[in-house]
Amino acid sequence: MAQLDIGSRQGIRIAERLLRLDWFLVVLVCTIGAVGIGMLISASGGSTEPWASRQMVWFGAGLLLMIAVATVDIGFWLRAAYTIYGLAFALLVGVELLGAAGKGAQRWIDLGVIQLQPSELMKIALILALARYFHGVPLEGIGRIRTYLPPLLMILAPAALILRQPDLGTALLLALGGGIMLFLAGIKAWKIGIAVVLALGSGPVVWQFLHEYQKARILTFFNPEADPLGAGYHILQSKIALGSGGLFGKGYLQGTQSHLNFLPEKQTDFIFTMMAEELGFFGVAGVLLLYLGIATYGVVISARSNNHFGRLLGMGITVTFFFHVFFNVAMVIGLIPIVGLPLPLISYGGSAMLSLMLGLGLLLCVGVHRDVIITRRPGSAG
Amino acid sequence: MRGETGRANLFTRRAIIVGGAQALLTAGLAGRLYQLQVVDSERYQVLADENRINMQLLPPARGRIFDRFGQVLAENRLNYRLIVVPEAALDLNRALDEIAALVPIEDHDRERVLREARRKQQFVPITVRENLTWDEVSQIEVNAPDLPGVMIDVGSRRLYAFGRDTVHIVGYVGAVNESDLELTDDPLLTLPDFRIGKNGAEKVLESSLRGEAGSRQVEVNAYGRVIRELNRRTGRPGDDHMLTIDLGLQQYVAARFGEESGSAVVLDVHSGEILALASMPSYDPNLFTSGISQRQWRELISHPRFPLSNKSINGQYSPGSTFKMIVALVALESGELSPHHSFFCNGSLKLGKRRFRCWRRYGHGHVSMVKGLMESCDVYFYEVAKRVGIDRIAAMSERFGFGSKLDIELPGEKPGLVPTREWKLAMIGEPWQGGETLVVGIGQGYLLTTPLQLAVMVARIANGGIAVKPRILAEIIRDGQPIPQERNTFAPMGISPGHFDIVREGMLKVVNDPKGTAYRARIEEPALAMAGKTGSVQVRRISEREHRTGVVKNEDRPWEERDHALFVAYAPLERPRYGVAVVVEHGGSGGSVAAPIARDILREVQRRDPSARARNLEALIRPRETA
Repeated sequence: MAQLDIGSRQGIRIAERLLRLDWFLVVLVCTIGAVGIGMLISASGGSTEPWASRQMVWFGAGLLLMIAVATVDIGFWLRAAYTIYGLAFALLVGVELLGAAGKGAQRWIDLGVIQLQPSELMKIALILALARYFHGVPLEGIGRIRTYLPPLLMILAPAALILRQPDLGTALLLALGGGIMLFLAGIKAWKIGIAVVLALGSGPVVWQFLHEYQKARILTFFNPEADPLGAGYHILQSKIALGSGGLFGKGYLQGTQSHLNFLPEKQTDFIFTMMAEELGFFGVAGVLLLYLGIATYGVVISARSNNHFGRLLGMGITVTFFFHVFFNVAMVIGLIPIVGLPLPLISYGGSAMLSLMLGLGLLLCVGVHRDVIITRRPGSAG
Repeated sequence: MRGETGRANLFTRRAIIVGGAQALLTAGLAGRLYQLQVVDSERYQVLADENRINMQLLPPARGRIFDRFGQVLAENRLNYRLIVVPEAALDLNRALDEIAALVPIEDHDRERVLREARRKQQFVPITVRENLTWDEVSQIEVNAPDLPGVMIDVGSRRLYAFGRDTVHIVGYVGAVNESDLELTDDPLLTLPDFRIGKNGAEKVLESSLRGEAGSRQVEVNAYGRVIRELNRRTGRPGDDHMLTIDLGLQQYVAARFGEESGSAVVLDVHSGEILALASMPSYDPNLFTSGISQRQWRELISHPRFPLSNKSINGQYSPGSTFKMIVALVALESGELSPHHSFFCNGSLKLGKRRFRCWRRYGHGHVSMVKGLMESCDVYFYEVAKRVGIDRIAAMSERFGFGSKLDIELPGEKPGLVPTREWKLAMIGEPWQGGETLVVGIGQGYLLTTPLQLAVMVARIANGGIAVKPRILAEIIRDGQPIPQERNTFAPMGISPGHFDIVREGMLKVVNDPKGTAYRARIEEPALAMAGKTGSVQVRRISEREHRTGVVKNEDRPWEERDHALFVAYAPLERPRYGVAVVVEHGGSGGSVAAPIARDILREVQRRDPSARARNLEALIRPRETA
């Protein structure tokens, strides 16, 4: 097997890269995407307007983006990692300032074609930056506490900004994804234990920073029936819709609760509930299997990579993707409070779709460049 | 490379742990879904249906009310309502301005609409105005394209075509209030626009007029908007009712009364069917169904002649001389007195220290029973009352229906009062005085009767002593078919026919003898001629001094102090058919004020002869309008 130096100019040719693409993963992604478009048609009562048609455009664009990202030399992503992180961080600060100026919550920057959410970009950027950072840390270094100070800062600084937006879901996802990256990088289990204790201890402090509606969501999560028409309404209605779906569902386009608007935001955060109502337990179990398929494939791709940057990047993307799915589903079935995370590849939304495809493109990129060996310090032979 | 391999191995171990954790978490999600969708599914299906299925009541069409010839007295009319849906109107203020340019909207209506719009969901229609005229409806419909969210809605409204003439019989419907809800648990009463009978036949016949509610199940969305109808159960419309009233006669009676205040009751002396029952002045019940204004309401309740009160059944008057037939019958039935026995009237009778006056200052001379009735001699009846005593007078009064309700199908009937020794002791705490018997003998004192009771009295005299009871309900028609009803037969009172002959001869002479007190009010056509009895009732005490100096004439007294004028009569003389009682409040003398009214009524009722004509049931069997 040829050992290619990332530092050399040749690399592998584009055609070869396309051949090395993990097409099975692409098929999984397309299958889920198709299910999503089907559900969006149902959400609008059998019409491709207003959601499904636009979602198709986003999905097509995302697919191209994914393949383009996958065929870019992995060395580029390694070199660009900190730059991308810096850019994403600057944008986050930017929306924070815009929000302060507009006296309201601001999460996105309007780019005309698309509303760019810096927090979406940050999810990817953080993984890239952490992967690059730990790629450069020698085995001896991973035992030292000071090794973890820069990555902790890299995680917590954007998480705090996003929490202020306020976007509890994304902030949690960022922290959790980052934490798992630290675990994968080799941090000792007892140190994680201490971190968890510290995190739990900081709970009351974080509680102070939460908005009233976020507090209400967490409180009603523990007792949704106490206030069935107030804040508990969404959880209760979601459970009614889900439960009434039964084993085989009410049939495509036949969901009563979703179509009669008892279900909130059925095209975005609660699309899984509508799916569960119409397709039943078998239908959603199948969709969950597809997601688990992608997540497991991600683990395999990462483990097979011969460079540490690729391993960490692949796993980071995989874990973030998985937790996206997990949080959304757990939220709509009442296992965790409503945090407002869309279901990857299925929920309506261009910005989320593109950043997901960007991430999956990076995962594919890791697969394509699995045999590339990268020295700890790029540029010098390892 | 050793470091690199170590790093890779550590990573792989941990990646497998993470991968395993992902699989476990997914299994957890699936388990929870299994719990919700398979184990607990039934419970959630029930909740889902409760979410989306609403039960709505469909109000039944209220039964109509007809007169005996099928003239409709109360019916359901289409009520054109102007409604606006704020969601569709976009700018509600502008929409109201545009409507106001076509049909007038009052300021308080506009404020109410804006207030409701703030409180309700944006798709809930709000009523701007009710009872639009056909012109106004067309104005709106023609301009419909320029008026988004503005619609004409058709509801049902009770219409009383002859409201002012028939209100004291038919009554009216009104909105349900708290006390109505306490009496019944009919869910219909909770409907916001539902109306129930508040007065008259509408109130008494409420249960059969109302009908039964239908219902429909509808699917609603989360905001309560109706998506589709799932299932419908039709109710039963209310029964139609035919009354014994002859509308033509009723209108005649009301018109004949004119500006006077009082009451007239016309009945069939054999069947007890009320042909006309008027209480004057009257009012328009349609005011109540469309919502009466504060000003109109104050006017009605503060009116000095009490239009809201149904004087024919709740006005309690001393019967005055119209009571003398009862006293005469007591004398005959008790055997105390021969009809030919005469007393001498010199203008007064002295009992103890008190002097009891006859209405004619210089007396009637020798007076027998027939003459006593004809000239209404008070002294004669003082003498009779003194001999027969209060106990027998009270007993006879009760046999004629005085002192208790006659149970006519109308609300608010009063029993009147027949005073007895026991009553006085219990109510006033004093023993009965002999002089009081004398006063009762000429129909005054504590004695109180309603015009309806007087009409029943004259009917029982005219029909030869059959104890008829009055009624106004003739037929109940359900689904176009009359419901068979029990026809009560009336028992004879057990009074000798010969005694009635004497009393009737007296009544005949009251009208038809030149010396009779109502001779000027006689009916000249022999076939239509009537017999009757006058009564004039003092409403204030006339002092001894006034008697000496001469009583101030009625016309010179303020209205409130004038005498009540009464007249009871029947016709024709041979085989009497119709009876009437007329009370003109503060009208003056019975002979000159009440008797002409009674005469005209009896002439009209004989001309129309409603009892001889068949009831027109066909009018009720025609197809019901949809309301």
